[in-house]
Amino acid sequence: MTPLEPGAALGPAHFRVRRSDLVRYAGASGDFNPIHWSQRVATEVGLPGVIAHGMYTLGLAGRAVAEWAGGTDRVVELGSRFTKPVVVPDDEEGVVVEVAGEVKPTDTAGRVRIDLTVTCGDQKVLGMARAVVVRDE
Amino acid sequence: MSLAPDLAGREFPATPPFDVSGSQIAAFADAIGADDPLHRDPDAARAAGHPDVVAPPTYPIVVAFQAMTAFMADPDVGIELRNVVHSEQRFEADRPIRAGDVLTATITVESVRQAAGTALIATRSVIRTVDGEPVCTAYATLAHRAPDGETS
Repeated sequence: MTPLEPGAALGPAHFRVRRSDLVRYAGASGDFNPIHWSQRVATEVGLPGVIAHGMYTLGLAGRAVAEWAGGTDRVVELGSRFTKPVVVPDDEEGVVVEVAGEVKPTDTAGRVRIDLTVTCGDQKVLGMARAVVVRDE
Repeated sequence: MSLAPDLAGREFPATPPFDVSGSQIAAFADAIGADDPLHRDPDAARAAGHPDVVAPPTYPIVVAFQAMTAFMADPDVGIELRNVVHSEQRFEADRPIRAGDVLTATITVESVRQAAGTALIATRSVIRTVDGEPVCTAYATLAHRAPDGETS
């Protein structure tokens, strides 16, 4: 397990995202918004193409945080702004989302904050992305 | 159509009870590729102090999304999902969601701001068990862009 000492850098972790992942996430989450699977609807509403669910990207970030923290049950807060869409092309390559973290102290004993940098290509896709996790003292 | 001006501060009815199963937790974990044994192995979950398998930290969105969907379909709101982009999301967990939980979410509109043809709707969904135990608060901001020719 990575020691969660304030100042420690975590990752980066890389996740490949394809259209099929979005379809699977839609089914598992119940979010069937067509902008996440229909090129026609996505472009009709003014998007550059099919985009990943913001919650899919945040879900990947949460997965990275849970791994760094040593267990999914250690994540007590997680959130972000969805600042740029992750546009997912209809091909086998898809796109790659990168998640990196930096550990910060909190005022609560036994808890640290992890500030996340989440990018796709050279674009930051999540803003103010943060988690609070429980760590062993 | 335009959103009712008095939307801010309104609380909507609690969603119907939602039974969380181990299969659903595993399917959600599969969808984000999370391989933590706590999502699938009841013995590992019990060894970590939980009564059954534990859901990923973003799983509360499943219940919160039901509240958001009901809110969007409300006659006073009436917005179509395809015109909505998720703008912000935050979870504050009281405890992890576990298989066997029966959950409801109560959504409250915290504020509505208009900016350049887009309505930014800030919501808070409080997720509890049917016995009233708090499990998670999910804060979501939804950006609603009205279709061409209409104002949001």
